[in-house]
Amino acid sequence: MKALGLTVYSGEKGLDRRVSGGYVSDLLSDVMGNADEGQVWVTLQTHKNVMAIASLKDLAAVILVSGHKPDVNTAHQSEEEAIPVLGTHLSAFDVTGKMYELIKK
Amino acid sequence: MKVKDIVKILDARIVCGEGRQDYAIDVAFASDLMSDVLTLKNDHVLLITGLANLQTIRTAEMSDINCIVFARNKKASPEMVALAGENDIILIECRYSVFRTSGLLYQAGVKPIY
Amino acid sequence: MHVEYNIEGGDFTRAGYASSQIKKILKQSGVDMDIIRRTVVASYEAEVNIVAHAHGGAISMEVDENQIRIVLQDVGPGIEDIDKAMEEGYSTASCAVREMGFGAGMGLSNMKKNADMLRIESEPGKGTRVEILMGLGKEEILRSKK
Repeated sequence: MKALGLTVYSGEKGLDRRVSGGYVSDLLSDVMGNADEGQVWVTLQTHKNVMAIASLKDLAAVILVSGHKPDVNTAHQSEEEAIPVLGTHLSAFDVTGKMYELIKK
Repeated sequence: MKVKDIVKILDARIVCGEGRQDYAIDVAFASDLMSDVLTLKNDHVLLITGLANLQTIRTAEMSDINCIVFARNKKASPEMVALAGENDIILIECRYSVFRTSGLLYQAGVKPIY
Repeated sequence: MHVEYNIEGGDFTRAGYASSQIKKILKQSGVDMDIIRRTVVASYEAEVNIVAHAHGGAISMEVDENQIRIVLQDVGPGIEDIDKAMEEGYSTASCAVREMGFGAGMGLSNMKKNADMLRIESEPGKGTRVEILMGLGKEEILRSKK
């Protein structure tokens, strides 16, 4: 997280979670069907259904791209579940590219 | 970078626009949200997405995006291929996730929008 | 020049057809590419709004040497609070619409950013009317009227 310069919006308690990989999608049903435990979800969807899915799939964190911020309910749930919601002004392609390099090392 | 290089890096398959493999790509953008894609103003953009439906093609048409990579093994339907063909949009199918596709292209030097 | 298209509510396979035709017509008329792009982004978002939210509607375009005028009129639930609807991120879209890649709450603000002038009127329970104006050559004058 530090390496990418991400802002922490909520869920600091979960920052020690292990990251197994990443998943990039804005389609909720797709993430429900295909994401794996421990992955970091990259998206620009900000509403609270995002947290419901993150918790169901045991994801490590959610990164909101292009400067998007979580709405109040999303932030609240993120605290409750201790799943961090992080943010960046970079585009999904950019932050994913950088993350890919980090994870591959 | 040319489309044909991208196809090689992604171990992918062109399903529309095979004759245009020399088309140059400068930047890439990954999103499934059409309204977000519509905010783009760049040229020679590659759109990476997991949303394989007719509206993706329409959105590309409206924003002058000439090349789309469908990740996660999503397939372009015959209607999508027809619409893309009418508008000179290259369609590529790739079995990697959007995460891996973006990662590979980023490493290969394709630049992000901002 | 005047053209008109009908739009079916809920028909995502046809959504975008009218805007695509508009783009072709404007291209043939030799309108500047940047103006075309802004026009079709605004009209496409508006067209999708009708498909996503209304029962049906119509889109018409008039072009003369000064401006492009696009009017969309629909029959449907209307917009309860227009100011709120214009907020980025606010959306009343159904799950099905979100799955199609829309409904993120950016449509109206995309329209506002691209149109030289945008006017939205609505009667809840009846329908909504959207007017988009793009200046041709006299853009500066129109922009200052915004």
